[in-house]
Amino acid sequence: MKEELFQEKIDKEQKIEPKDWMPEDYRKHLIRQISQHAHSEIIGMQPEGNWITRAPSLRAKMILLAKVQDEAGHGLYLYSACETLGISRQELVQQLHDGKAKYSSIFNYPTLSWADMGAVGWLVDGAAIVNQVSLQRTSYGPYARGMVKICKEESFHQRQGYEIMAEMAKGTKEQKEMAQDALNRFWWPSIMMFGPQDSDSPRTGNAMKWKIKRQTNDELRQSFIDKTVGQAEIIGLTIPDTDLKWNEKTEHYDFGEMDWDEFWNVVNGNGPCNHQRLAHHQKAHTEGKWVREAAKAYAKKQELVTQ
Amino acid sequence: MSDLFTYTLRIADSSLILGQRMSMWCSKGPTLEEDIALSNIGLDMFGQANGFYEYAAQLDGTKSADDLAFNRNEREFFNHQLVEQENGHFGITVARNFLHDVFNFLFYTQLANSKDETLAALATKSLKEVKYHLKHSSNWLIRLGDGTDKSKRKIQEGINTMWQFTGELFEMDEIDKQILNAGIGVDNTALKKDWDSLVNKTLSKAKINRPKDAYMATGGKKGLHTEHLGFILAEMQYLQRAYPDAKW
Repeated sequence: MKEELFQEKIDKEQKIEPKDWMPEDYRKHLIRQISQHAHSEIIGMQPEGNWITRAPSLRAKMILLAKVQDEAGHGLYLYSACETLGISRQELVQQLHDGKAKYSSIFNYPTLSWADMGAVGWLVDGAAIVNQVSLQRTSYGPYARGMVKICKEESFHQRQGYEIMAEMAKGTKEQKEMAQDALNRFWWPSIMMFGPQDSDSPRTGNAMKWKIKRQTNDELRQSFIDKTVGQAEIIGLTIPDTDLKWNEKTEHYDFGEMDWDEFWNVVNGNGPCNHQRLAHHQKAHTEGKWVREAAKAYAKKQELVTQ
Repeated sequence: MSDLFTYTLRIADSSLILGQRMSMWCSKGPTLEEDIALSNIGLDMFGQANGFYEYAAQLDGTKSADDLAFNRNEREFFNHQLVEQENGHFGITVARNFLHDVFNFLFYTQLANSKDETLAALATKSLKEVKYHLKHSSNWLIRLGDGTDKSKRKIQEGINTMWQFTGELFEMDEIDKQILNAGIGVDNTALKKDWDSLVNKTLSKAKINRPKDAYMATGGKKGLHTEHLGFILAEMQYLQRAYPDAKW
């Protein structure tokens, strides 16, 4: 009965709120998805943070630092949204450190040149937006509202990334080479950000029925590719896929086979930076322990004073 | 090089180098909230640096703000040695920033009355941000000093390590004197009394000791630095130096 009412609400496009009854699996699915999303924002600070001290102009430095700071802010909203489901941030971070919670595999790729700051903004944030725009309509209220805020900032990030790519693509020979190289390295991992093909995606079923997910992996991927091909053409860069072709019949781009062996390899911990990313987060967390303890101890003393 | 140009450049350099240090905290903060706060301070410092460099570039007439930031060598940078010191642990960063924030607060309060309208405007804008930085570093100084035994040790270590770099803040060379006499600059020597009293007040709230004044480092104004600055610049200027013809 409860479950029927719940489904009815979802079918009527009403949001589920923290105090509403929800099936345990719905709660679990959301905790898994939102925490994965939050961890992605936080781990995602590292590949871009890698270039803040080397950004080539004062303006570029400020934009990049502000952008990475935005990612931290997104992580904060998402952890808070997740906490409404009855789990603490501390537990979520522990799950990340224990390897029980995942984050987007894209952040396990290294950022090797300044053009990668362009590629990450343009492609990685670009792909993330397609997914997040769709999630603005997700059935869980706090998550949907968080997405609205995040989408505004992400679209700004994507434009910044594209601006870097455009600038480099029309720059010196070396800059153009860096831009093309960044596109070559980030293209396939970016389109794999949408996850396995629908035929191989075990969780899509319930997630669609519960309207946590509003579009399938393949639909989202196609929409990203359709949007991005023209953008690459405008700045004179070549997407590294020889099978990429406009299909008159479907009115979409056809594209080549993705390397799923590589995808699963990276998901399973063997990407170029998996170890490094997690170790960095753990180190910061461990090194900050005495500071957090001091803040707590001080707050407690203040409480005693005011009592 | 005009005195006013050099005077402005010195302010810009200290802001940029402290900004660079703060940006190194990004993704390493003790909490997510604090990570955001540290980045924010870094952003403010870059914004301030940008403003002063723009003005210096205007006074110079041939170089851009980016040229000034990315194409000068170690011996041509005039920042306080205090701001180039390594972040170390969180207590070291808090101590370094606190000692500098108190100075900046007093300095910009005076510079806001400068006869030079641009410097006065830049100082007024910076002062708003520096008040927040001072509040942030003072609060952490007190929290760490009056937190646990460990945090007390660490913040005391921070203050002790950074102390020798505070003497330089109050030095006045010929350029400073000229600019002061023109009604444009600040009398740094005169700031020392207020700096002492503000620092003493906060240290005592934090229940930590003020180190005895002993040897004080000097040289920033002449472009003499600790070994750290070379590495900061090598990293910061790498792209500009490796691809001199490129625009970014």
